Amino acid sequence: MNSRRITTISAASILVVAMGTGVCLLRSIDRDRPTATLDQVLLISSPKFLKRASLGYDGLMADIYWTRAVQYFGREHHADATEYKLLAPLLEITTYLDPKLLVAYEYGGNFLAPPPPGGAGQPERAVKLLEFGIEKNPQEWRLYMSLGHIYFLELKDYAKAESAFAQGAKLPNAHPSLGVMAALMATRSGDLDTARALWTATYQTATDKNVRDNAFEHLVALRVDQDVVRLQEAVDAFRQKVGRLPESMSELGAAEGWPGLPADPDGGPYLIVDGRVEVENPNHFPFITKGTPPHYTPPPPRFIHRAPN
Amino acid sequence: MPAIEILGLEKTYHVGFWRKRPKCALKPLRLQVEEGEVFGFLGPNGAGKTTTLKLLMGLVFPTSGSARILGHAWDDPAIKAQIGFLPEQPYFYDYLTAHELLTYYGRLSGMGSEEIAQHLDATLELVGLRDVKGLQLRKFSKGMLQRCGIAQAILHHPKVIFLDEPMSGLDPVGRREVRDLIVRLKQQGKTIFFSTHILADAEALCDRVAVVHQGELRGVATVAELTAKVQGKIEIVWQGTSVPASIRVLSGEYHITGDTARATIAENQQDPAIDALRREHLRLISITPVRASLEDYFVERLQRAETSAGGKA
Amino acid sequence: MSARIIAIASNTFREAVRDRVLYNLIAFALLLSGAAVLVGEISIDIEKLVVINLGLTAVSLFGIVIAIFIGIQLVSKEIEKRTLYTVLSRPVRRWEFIVGKFFGLTGTLVVNTFFMAIGVFAALLYVEHKLVGPDAMILTALYFIILQFMLICSLALLFSSFSSPLLSAVFTFALFVIGSFADDLRNFAALTHGLTRWIAMGLAYLVPNFSAFNIIGAVAHGQPVAVSLVAHNSAYALLYSAAVLAGAVLVFEHRNLK
Repeated sequence: MNSRRITTISAASILVVAMGTGVCLLRSIDRDRPTATLDQVLLISSPKFLKRASLGYDGLMADIYWTRAVQYFGREHHADATEYKLLAPLLEITTYLDPKLLVAYEYGGNFLAPPPPGGAGQPERAVKLLEFGIEKNPQEWRLYMSLGHIYFLELKDYAKAESAFAQGAKLPNAHPSLGVMAALMATRSGDLDTARALWTATYQTATDKNVRDNAFEHLVALRVDQDVVRLQEAVDAFRQKVGRLPESMSELGAAEGWPGLPADPDGGPYLIVDGRVEVENPNHFPFITKGTPPHYTPPPPRFIHRAPN
Repeated sequence: MPAIEILGLEKTYHVGFWRKRPKCALKPLRLQVEEGEVFGFLGPNGAGKTTTLKLLMGLVFPTSGSARILGHAWDDPAIKAQIGFLPEQPYFYDYLTAHELLTYYGRLSGMGSEEIAQHLDATLELVGLRDVKGLQLRKFSKGMLQRCGIAQAILHHPKVIFLDEPMSGLDPVGRREVRDLIVRLKQQGKTIFFSTHILADAEALCDRVAVVHQGELRGVATVAELTAKVQGKIEIVWQGTSVPASIRVLSGEYHITGDTARATIAENQQDPAIDALRREHLRLISITPVRASLEDYFVERLQRAETSAGGKA
Repeated sequence: MSARIIAIASNTFREAVRDRVLYNLIAFALLLSGAAVLVGEISIDIEKLVVINLGLTAVSLFGIVIAIFIGIQLVSKEIEKRTLYTVLSRPVRRWEFIVGKFFGLTGTLVVNTFFMAIGVFAALLYVEHKLVGPDAMILTALYFIILQFMLICSLALLFSSFSSPLLSAVFTFALFVIGSFADDLRNFAALTHGLTRWIAMGLAYLVPNFSAFNIIGAVAHGQPVAVSLVAHNSAYALLYSAAVLAGAVLVFEHRNLK
């Protein structure tokens, strides 16, 4: 065999073997760095610097950072996360590069403000983000709605919430819910009905799919909450009247004269446990605040894709 | 009116990091070429031949002096339509075919499409490239490129043609072809000014020659006159491998090639030499008068330059 | 005169095409198609934004790279290969050579951009299934991108007329980067005082103002472009390119072609 043949065979073999080994090694390396497939460190986090570095191609850079933000937050293995440190900087960079990327503000309003694991737990930063957005897009009613949303739900500052909703309602083409919400803030801020109105409005007007799904989950949770409150009132009334707790939901139902047994949105039964109304599978309803057993910790809310009916 | 008048063209470059060191590429040159002449510009490498041509073409600007071509100033753009130029070791746009190249050059020379169509094929025929006119130049051999270069130099029927080392890199067949081409052009009445360091070509083609060395003109001469001069020497050729002692005394030069020997002796020593051969029973083959060659002239001019430079230094 | 310039320009165009420069369109098409198909996974309503942002940015960047790569060689290659000698021995003025090269390269880029524009609109149709009025603004953005190319071509040509290809590339690219910050430079200059101010102001105003030509972000959001901006940008590009070309002619006119 002449030397050229030897060289050809050797080179080809080295190529295949080395490449193959390298690829296998990569998988080991990935295992060594479990969380690093999406870096936990933003190497450059200064929006101003990035804007300069884009050399005028801000729009595309903003789109890239927006994609990173969505990927960062939406990935399933973030279900175990207790914080989302990078979400705020990513959204801030996105909006600084392209202040007109409205969907980024909407996303920030819905996922920066709520506490983990449903959100990054940074409502003040979310407020700053939205105020920046409003400054750059003063005619966009959606931004006022998101702002009011944060004040109402997370910061519980009903006065500021009302102000935000009211300002948004004045804008041309504003969604009617804004006016409604402003009014509700003034009078019945604590009611579940108010929260329901807010989440319904969010669900109807959202442009981002994740935001919409999130709103739907909240509506479902609200429905459960309202059911539990109503059922608990019935249980307490029964105890008052009969002097003991009902044996089961059926007994309560028979006493109240209900046509059938109450069911949660999944179709599962509500239970009476030690005099307390509880949901059978609390893990199915990430955002409920009532009807859970004592010492219950909610699981992280994956984006459950429940088909809206 | 002379075709080319070089009136003291001079070029000094400034080299070195701060461009302070002057380097003289061409001392003030005075030269005249008549119409219809084939003029050889001879010199060793680095003598200033290419610099002179570049100055005449306006590629390089003279430090002083001027020139006239066909009566017009050499840097007059109008005169460029009347001249053709083949640079040393030319290279052409290799992504073009010969046809496209000549069409391009024709347009740049101000020829209209009809004119180009008329002359293009004839020109390619003349240089022997008619068959490959659709071939991309990157596929051309060196000789073919050289001929292509000559084609672009003559396409627009210029009156004066400048060639820088037209035979360089050619094989004997190529050189013969280029020589024949130059002869044909001369027959058409064109003035040809070409530089070379191959003396045989110059001797065969030129009417007059100039010798340059180290940027300076060393001499101008008419080839016919030069080679007509008989130097009073004769060459004897005989059969044998030995040189008789008496002949060795008479001449300084003798060679033995195979079974033939030759020697160069003074004309008046012819009879003693023949006698010497007869004594040794060596068969005489020929006796020829030695003509002066261009080479002799060339070498002599160069040596004279060396000595005068040495004398000055 | 114009016949010679046209001959040089079309030869430059032919050289670029035979150098297979138009194959970049294949890479562009692949990039844009890939993006158009995949972008739907990210977010609804942002597809159009991404297609326009990505498409126009790619048109701009591909073109700038081509402009620099070819531009820096326009003169230096002809000198190095000595093809220039046979050209200049003809009744071609040196300035005609420079101008012809400029038009040849700019023309190549216009043709390239034309095909890319078709690609962008095709991708847009694919994701949106229709075209609306504001989409015509994309044409304005493309026109501005072509003006940018003019500036880059003239700069590359200037450097090519006296510098080596590598240095020309570095200088031209550096001017592009600095020119993208022209706004910031002017703001910065306004803050300084004394001699620094004069120097900074001078630089800030002499540097080619690329930032004004980038309206990709605005067009992606369907915002209108002021007619006055179109007029002013066109005039600026023409004047600046003319100035730079004049500089190239000056340099080239006095250059000894050793």
